[in-house]
Amino acid sequence: MKIAVASGKGGTGKTLIATHLAWALARAGEPVTYVDADVEAPNGHLFLRPEIAEERPVSVAVPAMVRPTCAGCGDCARACAFHAMLAAKDRVIVLPELCHSCGLCLEICPERVLEERPRRLGVVCEGRAGPIRFLSGVLDVGEARATPLISALASSLSAEGTTIIDAPPGTSCPAMEAVRAADLVVLVTEPTPFGLHDFELAVQMCRALGKRAYAVLNRVGLGQTPMDEAFARHGTPLVASIGFDAAISAASAEGRMADESSETLKKGLLELLLRLGEDWQSLSPAVNP
Amino acid sequence: MKTRQLAVLSGKGGTGKTSLVASLAALAGRAVVVDCDVDAANLALLMPGSDGPTESFYAGRRARILEERCAACGRCTEVCRFGALTFQGSRLVVDRLACEGCGACAHACPNAAVAYDDNLAGDWWVRPVAEGLLVHARLGIAQDNSGKLVASLRKTGRELAERDGYELVLVDGPPGIGCPVHAALSGVDALLVVTEPTVAAEHDLRRIVGLAARFEVPTGVVINKHDLVPGACERLERSCAELKVPILGRIPFDPLVPERASRGRPALAASAGTAEALADVWSRAQEKLLSGEPNGSNPHLTGA
Ligand code: SF4
Ligand code: SF4
Repeated sequence: MKIAVASGKGGTGKTLIATHLAWALARAGEPVTYVDADVEAPNGHLFLRPEIAEERPVSVAVPAMVRPTCAGCGDCARACAFHAMLAAKDRVIVLPELCHSCGLCLEICPERVLEERPRRLGVVCEGRAGPIRFLSGVLDVGEARATPLISALASSLSAEGTTIIDAPPGTSCPAMEAVRAADLVVLVTEPTPFGLHDFELAVQMCRALGKRAYAVLNRVGLGQTPMDEAFARHGTPLVASIGFDAAISAASAEGRMADESSETLKKGLLELLLRLGEDWQSLSPAVNP
Repeated sequence: MKTRQLAVLSGKGGTGKTSLVASLAALAGRAVVVDCDVDAANLALLMPGSDGPTESFYAGRRARILEERCAACGRCTEVCRFGALTFQGSRLVVDRLACEGCGACAHACPNAAVAYDDNLAGDWWVRPVAEGLLVHARLGIAQDNSGKLVASLRKTGRELAERDGYELVLVDGPPGIGCPVHAALSGVDALLVVTEPTVAAEHDLRRIVGLAARFEVPTGVVINKHDLVPGACERLERSCAELKVPILGRIPFDPLVPERASRGRPALAASAGTAEALADVWSRAQEKLLSGEPNGSNPHLTGA
């Protein structure tokens, strides 16, 4: 089973839940893969502290002029829907940050002067954090396209065991790409007006992708916004609540796992595991001793 | 009239950008505020007012199969690199969430059976608020045009500021360092990065400061919740020194901030200590970041 931990709003505690859920499952003997798909701001490694065994560069294909026989017709530039190509008198200029790698210009060019060349966007890191298989995408600073990196992560997942996907915030392409790879989504939110507003957007994203979603409420006590009505209206059951806890803040400040020191986190994780266990029979013996 | 643009970003989400922006707007007294976190736009919750008419934002297009012309030869499915075309029986269907509107299928189709529809990517509004104007938007769910929408909001914000003689445009940016962040950062006069003393926020601070250096934008740091965990702030302060970014202020952890937010009030309306710290940030930002010549035109403001 693949579980995406997502949220509309950033900073609600996705990484906290995703890393601890991965640990809890691994401790119960389940084969677990943790995937950090928040490639613009990847933070899971700060807590799981994996040993990285391999870094694979991820590239996209971008056209380049490889033969000097450009007739200057400009057909490629006119055809490009993304304005990624500028035609000069006897050559073309490619704007790689606008290119979507669709390949149309190569087909269009009557002189066949274009070929695709790889352009690096970032890396996929793979390693182990104890019993956990660890994967993380890291977008190079200065690159704009996060989504192809997330697709590369999604294609390195196996169907075995449980995969926890730490998704990027938001509801647009990068978040979608991460959630698309999952069977089930855990939406982490907080009881503030921002949390409520962005939760509703995240639910719509899950619906558009046809994914079932559960809600986890974090930092209970720090905000007072009532959330129950929204959970009920969207058919997104609240499966775990975690209180605002100085012990979690301290662990976040230092880059430590917090489940040893925070009772409310421990309790919330157990609630989440029990619910997931109900969903997935083979998990039940592990969490229901 | 010299209009200056100040962006507020963080790399990591949830460090307090939106609360800071709403507070800075109140401290500045008069500003055009642009909410560029178009995936999760929250400023409108802190800046009450009634929106002007809903404007549609169209970007890109989506393929549509003209069934009466389609011979079901399947050529288009071979050229589409986004997996957007599949057969359901002998009927071709377009996955509108996957289609990027590139046009490869139309080029490949021998029967001219592909048409395109303009893609409604989101809605946006201009809202008169106490401090001036708020420009905000809602990107359609599952849209990939956030950079373009951000660029378009920025352009609107700047034009409104110039038209109505505002000296300040405040840009509330999205999290991350990708496409919409580039659009939020390009051509601004200065950047404030909001961070907090956690390892994750510090890690992401390094990435956003690196990006700002590429855009050659003068940058200052605001440390939010600086006192939440005793002793944690020192490490972050060392990192800022190492990155050579000045710390323009430290805001205390204040449980009243979310409580005020629940009532639609910015952090400025929380405890006296918080209000004081925010006023300090604003005066230092003016002095350190906004006293130079404005950036003027924005040649890079094209979006992606
Ligand atoms: S590959 Fe597609 S997006 Fe890239 S330049 Fe060619 S036509 Fe434009
Ligand atoms: S326009 Fe491009 S992305 Fe859309 S269906 Fe056609 S080939 Fe695929």
